[in-house]
Amino acid sequence: MEKKFVMHFPSKLVDKPIMSSLVKKFGLDFNILKAYVTPEEEGTLVLALQGDEENLEAAIKHLKELGVRVQSIGRDIKMVRELCTDCTACIPLCPVDALYRDKDSLTVKFDAEKCITCGICIKACPTKAMVFTI
Amino acid sequence: MGKTIAEINEKIRQGKAVVVTAEEIVELARKQPAKKLAAEIDVVTTGTFGPMCSSGVFLNFGHSKPRVKIGGGKIYLNGVPAYAGLAAVDTYLGATATPDNDPRNAEHPGAFRYGGGHVIEDLVADREVVLEIEAYGTDCYPNKKVSTRLKLKDLNEAILFDPRNCYQNYNVAVNLSKKTIYTYMGILKPELGNANYCSAGQLSPLLKDPYLSTIGFGTRIFLGGGTGYVAWWGTQYNPGIKRTKNGVPSTGGATLALIGDLKQMKPEYLRGASLTGYGSSLIVGIGIPIPVLNEEIVQWASIPDEEIFAPVVDYSNDYPNCTGKSLGEVNYGQLKSGEIRVLNKRIPTGSFSSYRKAREIANTLKKWIQNGSFPLTERIFEFPSPDSGYSFKAMKEGS
Repeated sequence: MEKKFVMHFPSKLVDKPIMSSLVKKFGLDFNILKAYVTPEEEGTLVLALQGDEENLEAAIKHLKELGVRVQSIGRDIKMVRELCTDCTACIPLCPVDALYRDKDSLTVKFDAEKCITCGICIKACPTKAMVFTI
Repeated sequence: MGKTIAEINEKIRQGKAVVVTAEEIVELARKQPAKKLAAEIDVVTTGTFGPMCSSGVFLNFGHSKPRVKIGGGKIYLNGVPAYAGLAAVDTYLGATATPDNDPRNAEHPGAFRYGGGHVIEDLVADREVVLEIEAYGTDCYPNKKVSTRLKLKDLNEAILFDPRNCYQNYNVAVNLSKKTIYTYMGILKPELGNANYCSAGQLSPLLKDPYLSTIGFGTRIFLGGGTGYVAWWGTQYNPGIKRTKNGVPSTGGATLALIGDLKQMKPEYLRGASLTGYGSSLIVGIGIPIPVLNEEIVQWASIPDEEIFAPVVDYSNDYPNCTGKSLGEVNYGQLKSGEIRVLNKRIPTGSFSSYRKAREIANTLKKWIQNGSFPLTERIFEFPSPDSGYSFKAMKEGS
């Protein structure tokens, strides 16, 4: 299974080899969707973890014990196709290029796999075509 | 040799008119001389589909029993206030009207989920709308309170009348400040994080007839999926602005006031809009036919995106404070590529105007003309020209 998480690393952990432990100890695959260090030097990672459920849970427990704040991205965003007018107002705002325009049909496409559910597209869309699914 | 509108209409009647979209003529003109195209083509169709805040509807509800007089009282449609300064059962509902209890920007940025534009969309989409009237009561109009549900078909007249639509050209909005701003041009990320534009460029009606040589009072158009007419020049009409060599304004320029029967319109071409942090609006689909009367009209209509320029304006300071400053010009070819360069920075672009819908509108209008259902009109009079001295002023303030 795959689950997406936002992880906040306090500055004392930023230079520790934590990610490799997810692979070695828990046999997980990971895909970093976004990474940045805030002005307070806290590291933030948005990542997708793949593995069996038991190992995922154990890994998250391990990270929390180390002092990493872990938030599961429980909600997903979807595009309501019939509400979209293909204006493209959302495209430059998406931090992970999950929204793009098909050059021939001029329609806006949404790649849910890339989405990190930041929600900026929901605010940007004038016709409410981007919505949270709960 | 030139053609007349009467001659073109005769060909339309016979089903023989040659009609191309403004996008198609751009491509044709890359290979063929204007003279040849002027002889062959009869009409060029244009299209645009974007939020246009100066839009609204005049509505007449018919009389209640006993009679009620809205004028001087209050009127709400789905909780959105409309104008109570006309006769008994007439009103005007504007696209940006906001419910009294909407928090607006109290918690910034406000969502503006439902407003006048959405009521208009609901009416056009044949959805039921709640009408509430509070009146003071008179001897001849004694009723003080009306609450009912109705649909568009239940009204007498429903007339879309937009005092300013179809801006000839428009700013490209950016943000030079250090925080995100929420504008009518969308969300603008700090320090030139993105750039938003709002024009169909080479498909946009008034960019293809830059001097309004064929468009004027009475011109029949595609409006909101039905037929409409050009009712006047639009508010803030400003023909004397800077133009490029080919005659195309490189800033706002002309505007149009438009009118049409809401009952003929379609929800696909008239959509309520929620502009986060700004307000509600109405997205209006417009298409204008340009009769190819001579070679010059072909030259204008075939101007490509690459030769149409728009000013890049900072919406964090220069726009709100009316400084008139521009950070430079970019063309619509660059804007549509998804990235422009401003102040030596590469900036991703987004559009508030749907080019896909603009193309759809130009193609629909083309079909209407081809199948004979949309003859062209002679304008009744033309609008002020660039050398007329007509312009628009800033507000007179102070004593």
